[in-house]
Amino acid sequence: MVNYIWAIMAIGGIIYAMFTGTMDQVNKAIFKSADDAVVLAISLISVMVFWLGITKIAEAAGLLHALVRLAKPFISRLFPDIPKDHPAMGYILSNLTANFFGLGNAATPMGIKAMEEMKKLSNSPKASRSMITFLAVNTSSLTLIPTTVLAVRMKYESNSPTEIVSATLLASILSFIGAILIDRLFYEIRRRKERRA
Amino acid sequence: MSLLATASLWIIPCLILVVLAIATAKRLPTYELFVDGGKEGISLAISILPFLLGMLVSISILRASGALDALIGLITPVLSILGMPADIVPLALVRPISGTAALGMTTELIATHGPDSFIGRLASVLQGSTDTTFYVLTVYFGAVGIRKMGDALKVGLLADVIGIMASIIVVTIIFGA
Repeated sequence: MVNYIWAIMAIGGIIYAMFTGTMDQVNKAIFKSADDAVVLAISLISVMVFWLGITKIAEAAGLLHALVRLAKPFISRLFPDIPKDHPAMGYILSNLTANFFGLGNAATPMGIKAMEEMKKLSNSPKASRSMITFLAVNTSSLTLIPTTVLAVRMKYESNSPTEIVSATLLASILSFIGAILIDRLFYEIRRRKERRA
Repeated sequence: MSLLATASLWIIPCLILVVLAIATAKRLPTYELFVDGGKEGISLAISILPFLLGMLVSISILRASGALDALIGLITPVLSILGMPADIVPLALVRPISGTAALGMTTELIATHGPDSFIGRLASVLQGSTDTTFYVLTVYFGAVGIRKMGDALKVGLLADVIGIMASIIVVTIIFGA
């Protein structure tokens, strides 16, 4: 599916440009965005090195473990395929916690570590059940402090930059619950299909 | 400045403080652990590069050609009939695909309508309560070499739809239209 979406975005854009005379912009955009991707990946290095370093210390100090113990009843129900004391749990929780507090750049390295640990568990090039659940809850991003939005609101002199915090939290709780339900629904559909096959 | 705005400035330094204080109290070699953990960050970031580059180029072709705007122009009337504020439709459609484009749109909406207007608040909540599903999928699956994403994209995009609907409903209820 990703292959199709990826190709169709490019094919659609190029064909559209043929008829609307925007080939010049397309031409520039190809190499501009390739440049942007490199800059983005390089700037990810600083974030990754820093947060993976801090996470390593937190892990050694037993802080990740403490976090897992705190959220165990909830998290083990959400990820039934991951053994309770597996390191993946610690990373998943740190990722969700980082998102919750608006630390977007800390969330990515921890999310990738979580994916690595889940890959060790499934040992397959296919997305496992836990990975799909993780991505569903991750992209619905439960948020208490929407850092970037607060900055934009302050810049444009809102009377109350933080008035949207409760609404954001509520909306993200709803989409979090929605994501979990959709994920379960798709899991059940997959299981039915497999049973029939 | 309000409490939450202050909290967002304090949270990272305090987190580092807590981690380092506890680790030092436990007599752990903090600096060595940091360097050791950070090492793999370099290779991880580089290994994501091709995935990121491929995705960004394809999205940028769609945007630069004007096809994305045309598509949004086609969909907007349909969605506004369904009760979605027309100003917010482009943002809602772009949010899962491109983080930078979405942030640009949010900033523009806040700048033109004002941060304390209905559209300004809705854009803020929408931006804050959803994530760039394409980016997350590209980076996370790319980093660990997952080729078959299974239902992940469908589930992620459907969750975005719920997030967008939830934002509209919540903002309308809390602040009034």
